[in-house]
Amino acid sequence: MHRPVLATLMIVPLVLAAAACGGGGSDDSGDSGTLRVLDYYNNEPDKTVYQQALEKCGQQNGVTIERETVPGANLIAKVLQQSSSRTLPDVLMIDNPDLQQIAATGALAPVTDFGLSADGYAKGVVDASTYQGKLFGLQPVTNTIGLFYNKDLLAEAGVQPPTTWAELRTAAKTLTKGDRYGVAFSAPANYEGTWQFLPFMWSNGGDEKNIATPQVAQALQLWVDLLGDKSASRSVLNWTQADVNDQFKAGKAAMMVNGPWQFPVLNEDTKLHYDVVPIPAPQAGGTVVAPLGGETWTIPQTGSKDRQAKAAKVVGCLNADDSQLSLGKLRQTVPTKTALGEQFVAANPSMKAFTTAVQTARARTGELGADWPKAATKIYTGVQTALTGGAAPQQALQQAQNG
Amino acid sequence: MAEQVLLRERPAGVQEKPVPARSRERLLQVLFLVPAVLYLLLFFGYPVAKNVLMSFQSYTTATFYTGEAPWVGLDNYTRALGSAVFDKALVNTVLFTVGSIAGQFVIGLALAVFFHRRFPLGGVLRSLLLLPWLIPLIVSGAVWRWILDQDNGALNRFLGATGVADRPGWLTSTSLALIAVIIVNIWIGIPFNTTILYGGLQDIPDELYEAAAVDGATGRRAFRYITWPLLRPVVGVVLVLGVVYTVKVLDIILGLTNGGPANATQTLATQSYHLSFQEFDFGQGAAVGNVLILISLAFAVLYLRATRRAVDE
Repeated sequence: MHRPVLATLMIVPLVLAAAACGGGGSDDSGDSGTLRVLDYYNNEPDKTVYQQALEKCGQQNGVTIERETVPGANLIAKVLQQSSSRTLPDVLMIDNPDLQQIAATGALAPVTDFGLSADGYAKGVVDASTYQGKLFGLQPVTNTIGLFYNKDLLAEAGVQPPTTWAELRTAAKTLTKGDRYGVAFSAPANYEGTWQFLPFMWSNGGDEKNIATPQVAQALQLWVDLLGDKSASRSVLNWTQADVNDQFKAGKAAMMVNGPWQFPVLNEDTKLHYDVVPIPAPQAGGTVVAPLGGETWTIPQTGSKDRQAKAAKVVGCLNADDSQLSLGKLRQTVPTKTALGEQFVAANPSMKAFTTAVQTARARTGELGADWPKAATKIYTGVQTALTGGAAPQQALQQAQNG
Repeated sequence: MAEQVLLRERPAGVQEKPVPARSRERLLQVLFLVPAVLYLLLFFGYPVAKNVLMSFQSYTTATFYTGEAPWVGLDNYTRALGSAVFDKALVNTVLFTVGSIAGQFVIGLALAVFFHRRFPLGGVLRSLLLLPWLIPLIVSGAVWRWILDQDNGALNRFLGATGVADRPGWLTSTSLALIAVIIVNIWIGIPFNTTILYGGLQDIPDELYEAAAVDGATGRRAFRYITWPLLRPVVGVVLVLGVVYTVKVLDIILGLTNGGPANATQTLATQSYHLSFQEFDFGQGAAVGNVLILISLAFAVLYLRATRRAVDE
């Protein structure tokens, strides 16, 4: 055996490694009996809830569901990877503010091509799934944020759940005692901070097209005041919504801004008595505009019309009335068909505040579409600048708007 | 050496083509280099070249599906480098790098010198020092976030109890956040510095210290006249590698502050990540990434020169 042969053998693994990098997954076109589904519900209870819902819809339409779940943070990267190697799944779940980005790539089919429609859905939900006038996804359930309050602490202080900004400020001040804060919210340097600020900004007539306006500045002033009064911890600048929930659960915050996905965690503690009201409005009788959360189900362009039609049937089945009601009940989310609201609240009283809020809620991407992430960055940057005392709200927002 | 082996390997009775031994050896040498070169081109060359190209294109989510990325010239650079955040990120990157390296190196060197003397349990303690290096960064980030929390963090409880300071906002005030992130990064970097410098100290012959002791140079003077000059090549390597590692630190900053509050801890690395994966503007993200590559490249050249000199010495 000559040495060069040995050297050649040493190269082989590298070539193999390179080849492995180039290849993507295989596309099993032709077999329309199996549908590939991709979503990010990788935690319980959502994982099982959706597994059952998908299997049921698969059975109804005579297809086997081959489901893959990835962590939320990796979903978009995976979808982009799959769209470049043409290995997209037949049914794809996307977080609603990301739909615009993916629809813009051309990788999704309009769901209306397969006879699906969003008639009777809450307007904000339809906006989120609409890109350039076409509907690219259907969202069975949605969520938003409200004001949670600790019943015992409010009763003890003789405070009513606040309905206006002025009441919120007074209540938070009254409820702050020792190492307990009156209110907790989440204002970190990411989109979570933006999401929590939106109901305050939107309800006051603020708009993401230009945040350097008095309306947004007034909303931000409220948050600055809550920190200035010491009614909220400075740590809100670094808290995720899960951190906020921990504070509330531990009795270190009497009220908090959060969403219904926290119910299971809060209900673990039977000694904690809490309830939810809508986010306070700027003035008495004002309308609260909250942001819509939740995920939309789409049909990627896989090239097989037959499989796409079957995928559409599964998406339609997930969005049927009974499916919306059961997903809403099992996942503490709100059905997106407005007609189901009353029936849903009757069966799930704890969801009342959120169901009310969804009727007037807005999609984050409704106005700016694929440009939303840039605006969302400006919003949380402006909020953080003012909360850290770097500038007054109006100047902070002006700086952020200018980039 | 190789030639003899080759001669022995030739099967009996087979007439070799009269290839000059010299050129065959040359070919062999080249062949042995091929795997490494291929590996470098595939896993380092291609991504870097791709990143440079990307920075001159309008590269968005749509590009992944359509494959189209129109050329936009220097547009990404003017926009990315012209934003107010970039200036702040550049300053932060310099402060973060200099602060981290200074802290890591000084403490690392002190510990290396300390462990250079033999004492009971020295080996055990030295291995314990490696812990920060072994813990996944995302875990250390989460734990430090919890330690540095303003109201309930262990550090502030300690400071409050001792009456040193009243609950500073380590991760929530714009003046302290960068310092806090640097401190955590120093903690992570100490093991690397200690290990390499300790190895360098082991290479210094004991006779030198004995000879110096005879001349009356011990302790600090021995360090100044023997340890430091002989350690210099290793120091160069440690500092340059440290800069290249530190300049691109991402996960620890994302885990602690996400670049906040109000961009106080935004570095070029976090900004590049944000532009690419949060705003989906991959062209701008690549442009900022290339600035980082240039900085690292300058130090890599320094490193190569330093090591060459070290070998020559």
